[in-house]
Amino acid sequence: MFVAKSIAADHKDLIHDVSYDFHGRRMATCSSDQSVKVWDKGDDGEWHCTASWKTHSGSVWRVTWAHPEFGQVLASCSFDRTAAVWEEIVGESNDKQRGQSHWIKRTTLVDSRTSVTDVKFAPKHMGLMLTTCSADGVVRIYEAPDVMNLSQWSLQHEISCKLSCSCISWNPSSSRAHPPMIAVGSDDSNITYSGKVQIYEYNENTRKYAKAETLMTVTDPVHDITFAPNLGRSFHVLAIATKDVRIFKLIPMRRESANSSGPTKFEVQVMAQFDSHNSQVWRVSWNITSTLLASSGDDGCVRLWKANYMDNWKCTGILRGDGSPVNGSGHAAALSAVGVPVAAQMVVGAASAGRYFFPHLDSPRAGSRLAHLLPPPSLIEQIYEPDLSHAPQIRQRHTANSTNQPTEHD
Amino acid sequence: MEEVDVEPSTTLIPGAGFYQKHLGFEWGPGDLIVYETNYKLQGPRSAGSPSVHIVRRDEDICSPILRKLFSESHLIFVGLQKIKEDVFVSISKNYRSVIRACMEELQQNAGKRSHDTHPVSILLAIELIWNLCEVLFIDAAPAGSLLLQLLDWVRLHKSDVDAKAREVLQSDSPAQHQSYWDVISLVLQGRTDEARQVLSKQASLRAESSSVFKRMDGLLQTMPIFNPTGTQTLTEFEVKWRHWHEECDRCLQDNTFASNRHLETICKILVGDEDTLLEQKELLSTWYHFLVTRLLFTHPTIKPPDLHYYAQSSMNMFLGPRASPEPLDIILLSAFEFDLHQVIKDCSIALNNWWFVAHLTDLLDHCKLLQSHNLHFGSNLREFLVLEYASGLFTHHSLWQLAVDYFDHCPEFGRVYLELQIERVPLDTERKAIKVLRICEDRQMSEQVRSICKIMAKRALRNNRLGSALSWTIRAKDAAFATLISERFLQDYSNKGSFTDLDLLDNLGPAMLLSDSLTFLGKYREFHRLYGEKRFSEAARLLLSLMTAKIAPRSLWMTLLTDALPLLEQKEVKTDNSCFTVTQLPQ
Repeated sequence: MFVAKSIAADHKDLIHDVSYDFHGRRMATCSSDQSVKVWDKGDDGEWHCTASWKTHSGSVWRVTWAHPEFGQVLASCSFDRTAAVWEEIVGESNDKQRGQSHWIKRTTLVDSRTSVTDVKFAPKHMGLMLTTCSADGVVRIYEAPDVMNLSQWSLQHEISCKLSCSCISWNPSSSRAHPPMIAVGSDDSNITYSGKVQIYEYNENTRKYAKAETLMTVTDPVHDITFAPNLGRSFHVLAIATKDVRIFKLIPMRRESANSSGPTKFEVQVMAQFDSHNSQVWRVSWNITSTLLASSGDDGCVRLWKANYMDNWKCTGILRGDGSPVNGSGHAAALSAVGVPVAAQMVVGAASAGRYFFPHLDSPRAGSRLAHLLPPPSLIEQIYEPDLSHAPQIRQRHTANSTNQPTEHD
Repeated sequence: MEEVDVEPSTTLIPGAGFYQKHLGFEWGPGDLIVYETNYKLQGPRSAGSPSVHIVRRDEDICSPILRKLFSESHLIFVGLQKIKEDVFVSISKNYRSVIRACMEELQQNAGKRSHDTHPVSILLAIELIWNLCEVLFIDAAPAGSLLLQLLDWVRLHKSDVDAKAREVLQSDSPAQHQSYWDVISLVLQGRTDEARQVLSKQASLRAESSSVFKRMDGLLQTMPIFNPTGTQTLTEFEVKWRHWHEECDRCLQDNTFASNRHLETICKILVGDEDTLLEQKELLSTWYHFLVTRLLFTHPTIKPPDLHYYAQSSMNMFLGPRASPEPLDIILLSAFEFDLHQVIKDCSIALNNWWFVAHLTDLLDHCKLLQSHNLHFGSNLREFLVLEYASGLFTHHSLWQLAVDYFDHCPEFGRVYLELQIERVPLDTERKAIKVLRICEDRQMSEQVRSICKIMAKRALRNNRLGSALSWTIRAKDAAFATLISERFLQDYSNKGSFTDLDLLDNLGPAMLLSDSLTFLGKYREFHRLYGEKRFSEAARLLLSLMTAKIAPRSLWMTLLTDALPLLEQKEVKTDNSCFTVTQLPQ
C-alpha cells in the first residue's frame, strides 16, 4: 500500500471522524473544533472543501451521510449532548462558481442528557431513520415521516441499555427473512461482568425493539461495533473493537412454533479473534464486500484482516504513522504520491495481495525474503539496452548473481 | 517445500503519529482514508495541522497499457465461458499473446516512464509461468513431446541467443568474432542445425582441423529428435538415441576433439556431462534452462511424473548451497511437481494483482484440472479468485463495466456481489446512470433500478429540473414521489400560468397511472391542449371527468371552475351535466 494523496484538512483541532458518502465522491470530516467540513472530489481527482461550518458547541464525535435517495443529508453528534441533521441546499449561481455549497440545520435532537457518542442512519429500506446512542445508556431511534420535510423528526423508540453506550451498528441486510436488527456496544467500565454487546430486534407485533441477545463473552469495554454487509448468507457477521478484535457469527435458530412471539434466538460463534494490536482496539470497519476488516488500536496502527475462502483469517497489511511532524498545512498539501521508490513499492505491495489467502501450513522460514518476483537479469537484459539506469535494483542483482545475497532482510 | 514469506507489510503514513498516537480510518471506493486522531480524549486538544491521507493498494490498474491487458483478456474470458469443445490450448495461447502484446507495448514506452519497468518484469514472469502451466497441465504433453515443448519454452524465454547468432553470422569474419564460441548456447538449446551453420564458418578456414569440425558436424547432424507426429515409437527413438549417445561418448574416450577445447566442451555437453553443463552457467542463466538442457542430453524421453526429481536436483545444483530460491523459482518448481494448488497459492502471494491467478485458475477449472488434482475446493477457488479480481476492477471509472461479465459467471456469489457494488458506481452523468441502469435492468435487479432512478430523480428535483425528475420517478415506479413532483408541476402552473416540459407531459401514456396526482396532471395538460386546439366539446368532457373523478388537488378547484366558465359559453358544449357537477364541488 502507499499514500496516494494527503489533504490538509484545515481543522483547528483533532479530527474525530471522516465519512465518505455512498458513491465515494464526497467526504465529511468532523472535529473537536466543533465544525464539520464537506469535501467534494472534482473531475480532476482532487478534493476541494465546499463547505465548512460550526455544528455544535462541543467536540463533534461522529458524522455520517444518509443514503442519496434521501438527498444530500448529514447527521452529526457531539459532546454537547445533541445530534443534528443537516441538509445541503442548492445555492446561488455565484456560490456554485466559487465551488461553495450551503448546509442548513434541519433539526437538533436534544433528548440525551449526556454526550452523544454515535449517530447512524438505519438501512434505507426502513425509511429515513436516525439512531443515536449516548453515555446515558439510551439508544434513540428517530424517524422523519415526510422525507421532503427534514425538520420533522419523531422519537420512535427509546431503548434503555442500562450501560453507557459507545457505538451502534445496524444490520445492513434488507432481507425479509429477518426483522431489523441493531447492535449496541458499551464502554462502561463500572459494571465489569456483564456482556458489553447487546443486540435488539424489531418485533412486528409489539412494534417495539426487544433484546435478542447479549454477547456474554465480551466483558471488556467495547469501543466500536459493525455488522458486515450481508452477501446472501443466512447468518450475520459482527465485528467488535474491544481489548482485541473479535468477529462473531450469529446464526438465527429456527423457531420451534409457528407463531412464537419473542425475538430470534441466535447461536453465537467466534469466527476470529486478533490480538495483534496488543492493546485496546478503538475502531473496526468492513469494506464494501466484507472481504476486508480494518481495525485501529492503541498501538497506533491500522491493521487489515482478510479471510481466505476457507475462512482462515490473516493480517494482510499494517498502516502506521511515521511519527514525523508535518511542517504546517502547506507541506502536507504539497504531498502527492509519496516518494516510495517503485521497486520498493512493488516489493511492499507484493505483500498486500494474496497472502492471507490459504491456510498457513508452515511457519515462515526465518530469514526468508520478501516477495521479490523478478526473473533473472539476463531475461531483463534482453529487453533493455545495457543502460539500466532506471532500474538500479536489477543491476545490483546482476552483479550479485552468483552469491544471491538477499536485498532486504526481515 | 519452502514457503514464501507471509509477514504483512507495514506502510508508513507521513506526518502522523507525532502529535496524536491513534490512526483513524474510513473505507473508500478502492482506497482507505487515514488520519491522526485520539480516541481517548474527551475534550479539545490542539494538534498540529491535521491532514487526511488517502492510501491505495498497489494496483497496476493505473497504467493505460495494462488496462489494455484487462480489456482484451476480458474478451477471452467471456468467450471461454461459452465454449463447449476442447480448445483450451488455443485459449491459453490467446491469453499469452495478449500478455506478450502488452509487454511489447510497455517495452516500447520503457524509456519514457520509469515506473513501467516493473510491470514488464512482472508480465515476463507471468508469461513464463503461464507457458509452463500450459505445457504441463493444459496441453499435458506426454513423454517425448514433453521435452520438445519444454525446449520451446526455454527457447522462447531466452531468445537473445538468436540475436547473438545472427550478429556473428552477419559479421565480416564470423570465425574471428569474439562471441563466436557462444555457439555453445545454440547447442544448449538443442538447435543443432543453427549450430552447424555457425561451426561451418570455422571449418572452412582451417584446413588442418577441418576433419575435426566435420566429425562434430556429423554428430550434430545425426542427433535424433523425436517426432511426435511421425511413425516412430518412443521406444524406437530411445534406441536410436542411445546409439548416438554412445557414439558421442566414444569420441570423448578417443580424444577426437582433444585439439580443440571448444569442440571438446561441446561434445561433453552432447553426452550430458553435468559438470560441463554447470560450467555453462552464464550462458544458461537459469536453473530451468539447465534442467531442460540436462534432460535433452540425458533423458529426452522423460515422463511427466519423473520431472520433479530432475527439477529439484537441477535447481539445487545450479543455485549452489548458499543461494536460496526466489518466489519465481518456487512457483516453477511447484509446477514441475504438478502441484497446482501450490502454484496458485504462491502466485497469489507473490503478485500484487489478481489478474493472473483469476484467469489462469478459471482456465484450469474449465480443463477440469482443479478437481483432478484432488482439491476439495475446486470451483469455489475459481469463483473466489474471479470475485476478488472483478471487485478490484469495480473501483475503476471505466473498467467496472468489464467486471460485470466476471460477476455474471460466478454462479454462487456473482449476483449479490454485483448488486452490492453496482449501486456504488458514481452517477456522474445521465448517460452513465443509464448505462448502469441498463445493466441492472438486463439482470432484473429491480431494487437497484428503483434506487438509482430515485437518486437521479431526487437530484433533478433539488436542481429544480422537474421534467427530468418526473421521468426518473416514472422509471423508478415511485408513486409517492410521482405525487410530489406532480404537485410541484401544478404549483408551478399556478404561479406561472403555463406548464413546463410539455413534451414529457404530452407523452406520459400509461405511466400517468402511477399516481392520482400524476394522472390529474397529465389529463389537465391534455385539457389545455384540447382547448388550445379549439376542440371545445372534448375539452369540456375531459374537464368534467376531471372534476367528477375527484383527483384534482383542492388548490386547483377554483381554477378548474374558472376553466369551465368560458366553455359554458361555447355553443357546442352540453350544459346539463355541468350544472350538476358545479353544485357538487363545494362539498
